Amino acid sequence: MSPLLAVADVGKRFRGLVAVDRVSFTVEAGDIFAVIGPNGAGKTTLFNMIAGVLAPNDGTITFRGERIEGRTPDAVCRLGVARTFQIVRPFPGLTVEDNVVIGALLHRTDMAVARRYARDILATLDLFEKRDFRASALTLPDRKRLELARALATDPKLLLLDEVMAGLRPTETDRMVDILRGVNRDMGVTILLIEHVMRAVMALAGHMLVLHHGAPIAQGRPEEVVRDAKVITSYLGAEATF
Amino acid sequence: MFTPMLSIWLNVVVQGVLTGLLYGLMALGLSAIFGVVRLVNFAHGEFAVVAMYAAFVLFRAFGLDPLIAMVPIAAVFFVVGFALQRMLINSFVGRPDHEQFILLVGLAIVLVNAVLIVFGPDAQPANLPYAFDSYEVGPLIIDKVRVFAAVAALAVCAVLFGFFRFTSTGTAIRACADNLIGAAVVGLDVRRLYAVTFGIGLACVGAAGSLMVTIADAVPSLGPAYTLLAFTIVIIGGLGSMAGALVAGLLIGVSEALAGFLIAPSMKSMFSFALLVAVLVLRPQGLLGKKPA
Amino acid sequence: MISLWGDMNRRGQVVVALALLLLLVAPLGATRYVLSVLTLILYFVYVGQAWNLMMGYAGQLSLGHALYVGLGGYVSAALWVHFGIGPWLGVFPAVAVAAAFGAAIGWLGFRFGIEGVYFALLTIAFAEFTRIGFDHIGFVGGAGGLFIPYEEQRLGQWWNLRGSQLFFYYLAFALAAAAVLLTALLARSRLGYQWIAIREDETAARALGIDVFRAKLKAVLISSSMTAIGGVFYAFYYNSLFPAQLFDMGRSIELILGPIVGGTGTVFGPVVGAFILTPLGEILISVTEHLGINAPGAKAVFFGLTLMTIIYLVPTGVWPWLSRKLGLARRRP
Repeated sequence: MSPLLAVADVGKRFRGLVAVDRVSFTVEAGDIFAVIGPNGAGKTTLFNMIAGVLAPNDGTITFRGERIEGRTPDAVCRLGVARTFQIVRPFPGLTVEDNVVIGALLHRTDMAVARRYARDILATLDLFEKRDFRASALTLPDRKRLELARALATDPKLLLLDEVMAGLRPTETDRMVDILRGVNRDMGVTILLIEHVMRAVMALAGHMLVLHHGAPIAQGRPEEVVRDAKVITSYLGAEATF
Repeated sequence: MFTPMLSIWLNVVVQGVLTGLLYGLMALGLSAIFGVVRLVNFAHGEFAVVAMYAAFVLFRAFGLDPLIAMVPIAAVFFVVGFALQRMLINSFVGRPDHEQFILLVGLAIVLVNAVLIVFGPDAQPANLPYAFDSYEVGPLIIDKVRVFAAVAALAVCAVLFGFFRFTSTGTAIRACADNLIGAAVVGLDVRRLYAVTFGIGLACVGAAGSLMVTIADAVPSLGPAYTLLAFTIVIIGGLGSMAGALVAGLLIGVSEALAGFLIAPSMKSMFSFALLVAVLVLRPQGLLGKKPA
Repeated sequence: MISLWGDMNRRGQVVVALALLLLLVAPLGATRYVLSVLTLILYFVYVGQAWNLMMGYAGQLSLGHALYVGLGGYVSAALWVHFGIGPWLGVFPAVAVAAAFGAAIGWLGFRFGIEGVYFALLTIAFAEFTRIGFDHIGFVGGAGGLFIPYEEQRLGQWWNLRGSQLFFYYLAFALAAAAVLLTALLARSRLGYQWIAIREDETAARALGIDVFRAKLKAVLISSSMTAIGGVFYAFYYNSLFPAQLFDMGRSIELILGPIVGGTGTVFGPVVGAFILTPLGEILISVTEHLGINAPGAKAVFFGLTLMTIIYLVPTGVWPWLSRKLGLARRRP
């Protein structure tokens, strides 16, 4: 069976500066795949190419057998790739529920159906009680979950999470890990995440990829990758927080 | 050497250039406000008209030449701009465009109708004693008033360029325009700089309006037309580019003169708008504007 | 429709029902003058609502909506004057022409990423360009104007929009009511939610699969078409059309003051705004006349000052503030 997402020899340069250098990996359906690496390693650029924000200079990105590189973000989302933003951007003036309804309307035309579905998701993510709050009134952990809820409402096959743990306290991180496990297991959503918090990565990821200066330096199961000498010297030794 | 046709063309172009310098000065004021305070001054042209009437009154009552009256008028406009920004406009900085728009449109309506009440709807010519003098340079016949006004406009621009380049306040204002958060972080008093900028913007339009009265009759209805003109020029020239405002001012001056000569004076601004649409589509950052990162 | 009604609380329902009833029976007690003012108010409710859809919901600032009024009015009037084609038929080409202009502006603006004030300027540029153009089109009378002749034998031909003040009042009422209903329905529709998402955060909207270009284009098309119908009404109500009057920037501004003062992005904002501003203008006229100030512009100075005061006190509009005060809205933390 072909993988859900296949990234092959993808490269991106900004004014001659190489941000991502011939990166290849595949994500199998049902997996949780983590991309880690120090700041400036090209993680977000890689993400933006998959999400359709940037077009790669070389290489191909294939999602469910369809080439998606260079498509627009909305087209990619309609194919079943949802994302969250590193700096969360909920629609501030709308209620929590309406935020999620907008996501749910992507594949639902009936308002009542979309609203019911949005409420289900809010309940799963412990936001149901706050559904009438304005999004701007939420705390950061709540906003992170709202952003996740909104993305999930678009019925993605693949969920791209950009540092969804950043700024969370350890207890909140654990809660988010539980939520993501549930999303992966119960809703059948494959997850590709960029993450700095190694504790969460080790707890979640089935496979991971380490980027350094835009190039992949290690790939595989987490317990193999963390033993890799290159990874330890270039990244984990210095920055990792277990 | 010069065929009669060619010399007519040259005359038209030169006249456009000289008028364009005044337009450029007016637009410079708008560009400063727009670029630094990020506020859309929809009353800009109305301020120009108020300045025209001020210069007109000073000339009629005291015989003060608009070229000289320009200095006190610009000074008063600076104070007005500073106070206006401090007391009224500051709370609208950063608010949605349409809210700023209503505030300034309200102001524009007040200004232009106050002028209407005092002076009536008819055009008021200043009738300068040298209004019909002209210089002959080869095939060119150039109105004296236009030369004087253009030279004065250039002088004001030079002073402004000097201010922004060489004074510490000017440098601070440019820093604000480039990076607002950065400017606040390094301890610049952004509120004061905004007020100064608004003052400078109005001083520009005050000077431009004073000079304008030497080449055009003062009419209240010019207000909205000048506001549009100034915006057109700023966008064609490129937001935040002072040189761009001047270049675009010249461009519009010449295009208006040529269109007025070749087609019909009443259709001259059609070409300005066509130019504006072309620039918006082909080069949205303006002719001399920086490309957004 | 039922859910629309049900979304309001009891007090809101009572207020809306009372207002509708009052407007329906108003002609019974109103003088001809009051009726003409009410007609004007309802006209501004209608065109203000059309603008509100584009700006208040989709977040696209147009300062050139007079363009669509003018095109709608001129196309329908010219068809009637030159070819005897009645407005009930002429409204279709009128809407088509205005929508084509709207599509051109939208396509240019949205395809090339022209946003905010820049987009607003693009709309002004088109309106002004067209105004000057119409000044030179002899077929529609140029700057001298186009007039719909007063014909005795056509009086009462309501199907040709030839009718009394009373007829135009109810026509304006129907238009305004339809516009409010349409806005309320759209605001609750999938398209309406897409617009709001775009208004709030375009990048996030795109990441949720919304085709931003298409949604914005739909907003311009709907708004320009609606406004053009307002133009048809204007042409046959006033019977005289001048480019300087129809396409002028002042007209575009006049048209959007109501929704902004009332509150953009709300269903009732444009209604409240029109009911504040139009009577205010009329009151100022009579007050200045009463005080013996007959200087042209005196009324406008007060009007400008009032505008500044309102926007200074309630920048997001009167209606959100009012509905909170009167307890008409559902409470939200």
